[in-house]
Amino acid sequence: MADVKLTHVKKIYSNKVEVLKDINLDIKQGEFIVFVGPSGCGKSTLLRMISGLEDISAGTLEIDGQVVNDIPPALRGIAMVFQSYALYPHMTVYDNMAFSLQIAKTSKEDIDQQVRKAADMLQLTPYLDRLPKALSGGQRQRVAIGRAIVRRPKVFLFDEPLSNLDAALRVATRMEIANLKESMPDSTMIYVTHDQVEAMTLADRIVLLSAGNIEQVGSPLELYEHPANVFVAKFIGSPAMNILPCRIEKTGEQTEVSLSAKMSVTAPITTDASEQSKAAFFGIRPEDLSVVASEEEGILSGTVSFIESLGEATLLYVQVPGCEDMVIAKESGTLSIQRGEQVHLSTSPEKMHLFDDNELSYRR
Amino acid sequence: MAQLASALAIMIMGVLGCAAYFYGSNFLLDKLFPTKDRPYEQIARNLRTANMVRPWLFLGPAVLLLTFYLFYPVIDSFRLSFFDRTGDEFVGLSNYVWLFGSDEFFESFRNNMLWLIVVPTAATFFGLIIATMTDRIWWGNIAKSLIFMPMAISFIGASVIWKFIYDFRSGDDAQIGLLNAIVVFFGGEPQNWITIPFWNNFFLMIILVWIQTGFAMVILSAALRGIPDETIEAAVLDGANGLQIFFKIMVPQIWGTIAVVWTTITILVLKVFDIVLAMTNGQWDTQVLANQMFDWMFRGGGDFGRGAVVAIVIMVLVIPIMIWNIKRANAEMEGR
Amino acid sequence: MVASSKRTPLTFLVHATVLFLVVLWTIPTAGLFISSIRDKDQLSVSGWWTALSTSEQRLVARAYEPKSQVQQGDRFEIRGNLLEGGNGEIARFGFSSLKPEAYAAGDVAEMKKGRTLQVNANGDYVLSSPTEWKGSRGQRIFYTAEIPPRFTLDNYREVLSAEGLGQSFINSLTVTIPATIIPILVAAFAAYALAWMRFPGRALLIAGVVGLLVVPLQMSLIPLLKSYNLIGEFFGVGSKTYVGIWLAHTGFGLPLAIYLLRNYISGLPGEIIESARVDGASDFDIFRKIILPLSFPALASFAIFQFLWVWNDLLIAMVFLGNNQEHLVLTGQLRELLGSRGGNWEILTASAFITIIIPLLVFFSLQRYLVRGLLAGSVK
Repeated sequence: MADVKLTHVKKIYSNKVEVLKDINLDIKQGEFIVFVGPSGCGKSTLLRMISGLEDISAGTLEIDGQVVNDIPPALRGIAMVFQSYALYPHMTVYDNMAFSLQIAKTSKEDIDQQVRKAADMLQLTPYLDRLPKALSGGQRQRVAIGRAIVRRPKVFLFDEPLSNLDAALRVATRMEIANLKESMPDSTMIYVTHDQVEAMTLADRIVLLSAGNIEQVGSPLELYEHPANVFVAKFIGSPAMNILPCRIEKTGEQTEVSLSAKMSVTAPITTDASEQSKAAFFGIRPEDLSVVASEEEGILSGTVSFIESLGEATLLYVQVPGCEDMVIAKESGTLSIQRGEQVHLSTSPEKMHLFDDNELSYRR
Repeated sequence: MAQLASALAIMIMGVLGCAAYFYGSNFLLDKLFPTKDRPYEQIARNLRTANMVRPWLFLGPAVLLLTFYLFYPVIDSFRLSFFDRTGDEFVGLSNYVWLFGSDEFFESFRNNMLWLIVVPTAATFFGLIIATMTDRIWWGNIAKSLIFMPMAISFIGASVIWKFIYDFRSGDDAQIGLLNAIVVFFGGEPQNWITIPFWNNFFLMIILVWIQTGFAMVILSAALRGIPDETIEAAVLDGANGLQIFFKIMVPQIWGTIAVVWTTITILVLKVFDIVLAMTNGQWDTQVLANQMFDWMFRGGGDFGRGAVVAIVIMVLVIPIMIWNIKRANAEMEGR
Repeated sequence: MVASSKRTPLTFLVHATVLFLVVLWTIPTAGLFISSIRDKDQLSVSGWWTALSTSEQRLVARAYEPKSQVQQGDRFEIRGNLLEGGNGEIARFGFSSLKPEAYAAGDVAEMKKGRTLQVNANGDYVLSSPTEWKGSRGQRIFYTAEIPPRFTLDNYREVLSAEGLGQSFINSLTVTIPATIIPILVAAFAAYALAWMRFPGRALLIAGVVGLLVVPLQMSLIPLLKSYNLIGEFFGVGSKTYVGIWLAHTGFGLPLAIYLLRNYISGLPGEIIESARVDGASDFDIFRKIILPLSFPALASFAIFQFLWVWNDLLIAMVFLGNNQEHLVLTGQLRELLGSRGGNWEILTASAFITIIIPLLVFFSLQRYLVRGLLAGSVK
């Protein structure tokens, strides 16, 4: 049905601020794509350009093989679910869902059939005659989704649809959206969020943006396991990956880096001989670090300066001599370690990450 | 009854005509540049054209009316101020020479300045006092509503109301004007208040203060309620007394609103006309610019040149406020 | 709110001050209303604050004509009642204008030729004469009476019919209703365009509207009067028409209307409008189906403003509708009466009350919207 293809797409505001720089992206029909990134990275702007609410400054946008740069939103075959739901407050649930069909002058019977089908699917049938203000947040969200469904779009666009819900509802609605995708395998969905959990759980592929650039495109696990650069490594995962500045001491299939005068680590990552003695960054996720009894077993040693007990896990903030930032380790369960204690941390070699001085990842 | 029916018919026609324009013009635009069931390129082209035209369909009537009723007249008044009484013959600066040489102008200018000082000050002052006090009592809303009420009364209606209060009976007849009755009750001599030069200006100003205090009160009251309670509670903890809290904590926080109220009333005062016309028609040294202008427009068949000159003076007085307003609006829009 | 509000003496002072101010602000209107329903004879001799107490009045009446005399023995008597059965009490009386209070009620006054006059406190009088009463007119009797308050709607009846206020009332409505609705329509479209449509010159237009907000409308009168004469001549309809004044009020009301409505409409959530756009609605659809219903509070508050302003306007009506009786609006009529019936307070008070009653009703029933509009217009 609908591929979405962006070629050299740019967004430049009138005051010469470039908010999106040369975006190239190929979205296949039926994919669930999540745009994720910190606020101000341009992810919402990109979505709004696909929807037609923002002009495209340069480049082309194709939907279903057709260049749609100048086509109004309604004729692009898209539907959008807004962050604030954007329900029409003076219309009933039924009228909200029927609005786009009424504008398109669809016959009354068709409208009724469409609306009832969507309402049934989203368990909204009992609320059809209510005004949005008489609905709970989750129900409003479902109406917004229903409004998108009745249009039978080729592409669904979601703009942070869960950020106005409380934590419990967010999980439930997230699963509903996943189910919705399941029931409509042919429709393409593009979903914007700043929440990495939503991105990880929903996406077929994640597009991670930062400052107007695409940092990495890939499946959730690809991003987690093989971040392309320091930014991706730190953005995906919580607490964020520990990044420690280091120097490459020995290149080859096994690379040895020194973290400080006393400490060095060998990682199973291949480096070229030309990298010898260069500055680099060593990365390790907190959940991949574990406390071991002796210094010989571990790769890092330091003093515990802070402990956070979360119940299901314990976070240790370890001051490693020679490292500016504290190293965070996440152990499951509770620990009997005290503040000020000396600890030794270890990891398995395949969990190690290494980035060059441009913060780009070395290939394994 | 026939009058009522024809009035109704005229009304409906007027309103429908206006609505028909908006419907018709937009319908026509959609028909001329269709955006449905056409090739994509044509849709894109039509859409661009329609999007360029449509704002002007929406704005058209407003822009035309504003131009005809406000913008063009300002320009034309300026032009007319250099022409003679019929507006046909160029007379150079002689209208201005006449104006600055006439005693009547200086009288009305002085009176206008008095109005400008007294009315906004008094109305804002009373408004602030009443807003502060009514916020603390349970029947405050009723009190506010009653003090706000004169807002709804026309200047001319208010003039009748107050003329009745200032009414004067000569001789030993019982005074039916409230003011004189009170004066007599306390053993004073009744006066014909609105004929006492200079002071009569103040008796006219009281009318406008009476009308405008409610406006000041409503807006200041909302501003006062917008003050975060924490700042007042903090002041109480710091040991400030009621007056100190009012002058040092509350008033500074609503300074912007006070300025807005002040300027709004100032603009109104510059246009004040009905009250003077109805109470004294400028006699007994109460002339103001707006009434003087009206006078010259119609006195002896009208003198457009001299009327326009007075209008220009009023305009010049308003310009600083206009500039301040535009600046404020711009700052607001950038804040969005 | 403030801790000091708990202190009793201060609280009492606040209550007292507010009460004093409220009385001060209400009394003028109250006086007008009470006066307008008083009997016109009482109104002209005593202040309205005495309306509920009895008033002492010096009055004059004529006794019945001589033909109603009755012979009682050797004297001819004319009997009647000065108060005509109304309430009241006569204190003093007399038969000459030189000494109108010569006798106390109940006394018998000696007149010329052996005639006598007796007036009792309840108003009964007896004129008695040894000879037959002659002539066609009754004897004049002067008396001072305590008359109890009398309230009446006669003043209203008179101004509505004889003074032409009924006609003016309809004229005022004819001017006001379209002059309220037309600017709302025109301004709402313009406000939407200025708030949500993108086109070159938008910022300039907004600045222009804000600037025109303060232009004194006196500026416009002379050029407009000239234009109106030209246009009227061209169409051969005269320069003073209802359409003319509607458009004038529309023009003068537009800056405030656009400013108020634009502030409100630009504050509506943008996502709703975008959502409608994604749903395929054109700007005209969006305006009609989304903006208009959602802007109801702002439209209502502007409508009240404009209604009060137009209804209460004198200047524009005088210039653009003229002073002939068939077009005169209420404010104009009231001003005419101030000139021609300046001393007749029963006419003036009743007329004034008729001109302010509609605005007052609108004010008290829709005050909420009015306040909201005021706030939207000035505090940001």
